[in-house]
Amino acid sequence: MASLRSFLRSGKNAVSVVLRREFSETSPAAVQVNVRDALNQAMDEELERDERVFLLGEEVAQYDGAYKVSRGLWKKYGDKRIIDTPITEMGFAGIAVGAAFAGLRPICEFMTWNFSMQAIDQVINSAAKTYYMSAGFQTVPIVFRGPNGSSAGVAAQHSQCFAAWYGHCPGLKVVSPWNSEDARGLLKAAIRDDNPVVFLENEMMYGVPFELSEEMMHKDFVIPIGKAKVERQGTHITLVSHSRCVGFCLDAAAVLAKEGVECEVVNLRTIRPLDVDTIEASVMKTGNLVTVEGGWPQYGVGAEICARIMEGPAFNYLDAPAVRVTGVDIPMPYAKILEDHSVPQIKDIIFSVKKVLNM
Amino acid sequence: CRHEAASVVVSSRSYADFTPEATFDIKKVDLHRLEEGPPLTSTLTREDGLKYYRTMQTIRRMELKADQLYKQKIIRGFCHLYDGQEACAVGIEGGITLSDHLITAYRAHGYTLTRGGTVREIMAELTGRREGIAKGKGGSMHMYTKNFYGGNGIVGAQVPLGAGVALACKYLGTDQLCVSLYGDGAANQGQIFETYNMASLWKLPIIFICENNQYGMGTSVERASASTEYYKRGDFIPGLRVDGMDVLCVREATKFAADHCRSGKGPILMELQTYRYHGHSMSDPGVSYRTREEIQEVRSKSDPISMLKDRMLSNNMASVEELKEIDIEVRKEIEDAAQFATTDPEPPLDDLCSHIYANEKSFEVRGATPWTKLTSHS
Repeated sequence: MASLRSFLRSGKNAVSVVLRREFSETSPAAVQVNVRDALNQAMDEELERDERVFLLGEEVAQYDGAYKVSRGLWKKYGDKRIIDTPITEMGFAGIAVGAAFAGLRPICEFMTWNFSMQAIDQVINSAAKTYYMSAGFQTVPIVFRGPNGSSAGVAAQHSQCFAAWYGHCPGLKVVSPWNSEDARGLLKAAIRDDNPVVFLENEMMYGVPFELSEEMMHKDFVIPIGKAKVERQGTHITLVSHSRCVGFCLDAAAVLAKEGVECEVVNLRTIRPLDVDTIEASVMKTGNLVTVEGGWPQYGVGAEICARIMEGPAFNYLDAPAVRVTGVDIPMPYAKILEDHSVPQIKDIIFSVKKVLNM
Repeated sequence: CRHEAASVVVSSRSYADFTPEATFDIKKVDLHRLEEGPPLTSTLTREDGLKYYRTMQTIRRMELKADQLYKQKIIRGFCHLYDGQEACAVGIEGGITLSDHLITAYRAHGYTLTRGGTVREIMAELTGRREGIAKGKGGSMHMYTKNFYGGNGIVGAQVPLGAGVALACKYLGTDQLCVSLYGDGAANQGQIFETYNMASLWKLPIIFICENNQYGMGTSVERASASTEYYKRGDFIPGLRVDGMDVLCVREATKFAADHCRSGKGPILMELQTYRYHGHSMSDPGVSYRTREEIQEVRSKSDPISMLKDRMLSNNMASVEELKEIDIEVRKEIEDAAQFATTDPEPPLDDLCSHIYANEKSFEVRGATPWTKLTSHS
């Protein structure tokens, strides 16, 4: 189950405070909100804003969500809008897509993205391709969401990253938030989007608090899908990442800064459509690239980024070949020591940066 | 012999001479978990009879024309024809309204028509032209119109989709329902049983309809299903087994099923016993797994269009000439549509990357090479 981590990206100690929905306009500008609560509030606000929005999935209602992401929503909105399903992913994903065909705006939760494989035909063939096949007649305004990628000690069948698989398919939008700002802004954008969105959360991030500004707490705060964010400016090398690994990149950057290496850290935020322009601009500035992801290397997100850099104007600015830091190419083992060595660690990022920079 | 009535008909008659409506005995329906079923008689008006006749004949001729065009290689890829099964599509539509919803699998040309598509736009879609109902982007299996969600290529996937449409009907507080069709081959799909479960739990207004044409591709029902009583396979869902070759049977059963849904009782399941004259698709001659004699027998004894025609003629509801005239009009409509479908230009290349996302400003799509930059419009 979710382990509560209390370390904050910027290195400060902070206590995670569960944010109350109502707060006065004159309250202090920034609040601490963890990723779970950011997702919860985003859904709550969108459910309130548009009656056609509803949530379905296993344990989302009376259990408050397997990972408590939907806590309180059933109490507030009831059976009509927060629906517990039987353990039948293919069936309920299909039902969710059909509801989207007929004018509703479903949020379909997969308890983890591993279980989406049971329903992947509905995501790809029924949702992603329909607008194209119907030549623009039939829209599919659906969000599929749930935790993706590795967790802690849940072993091989529960630890796969699906960014590359879903990112492969035209017709889908695929987003992968890192922090609370991402979670809030991207989920609101996804729910308001008229297209099928695959929303890849990360269980290990749920309990991590981040500062949210007053502007970010506004009920219409959305982050555009398809735009990456430069989380840290740098001059020597570009680190491109998504989800939890963004935090590792920032940690590596902090260590490297002490040795005089300034890393530019790009948070993809969206896997598809990929913001190549932001990556290219960064590489053209720094001349070096390392991609960092939790998923497997072969045919992965990093592979795509490197291919695009090769094919575009940024190639001529590279001082060294671009490389990828990825999960190890194995099913996820259980024992802690093995699991720790199956995912990219901060030292792997530092090592790769130094190799690329020939340090 | 059914031709006797026709030979007695006088050549010119005024319409006032015709019987405005007649009541027919229809086959009793087998019931599962139901105390009562649809009525044993059906009253047909002359107007409805002519409408059903015309529509079934249109489907028949359209499918036969598609066969021709396919053999001329003007239609390509998959083409699953519906001739023989016309009474199902037409009878179902007779029991619901266009504000209800319907979804089916890939044998969908007949439904595209009954749900409001025109022969012209259906044929132009089959030939992959720009005036096709899906602008040439979808083809045979992916045609859509208002309240008709295709045309679906993946066997069984349309059934949960239909339940989702039904959920929306209930959620939005309408009294609309969704008819969700599947074949005897799809009937064993796990996702259909998942859908039976959720539809029942949540009392969704869905009519499950199994079009049992005896063969899933080349596999007969006995070889595919441990239980071929498809109307009982919904277990806790009430079911009816209906003669799918009789448009009146199908209509009465559909009305009965629709009443059941609209009264809030939840899902109901209908098995329509029907038959397809063609093979599974145009690449299947359809005789390696069944006999020509069997096909011929169904054609001569149970053809849905002949059955309706005989009923109307022998009850003085129409004249031979009148029906012949409808045949001629239908033939012309099909010819014109086929002519259009073979001369309409193919979609413009500009359209290649369009319709990826809805309500989005235009964006660049990668082509076959890194230098090929294409544009996608919503």
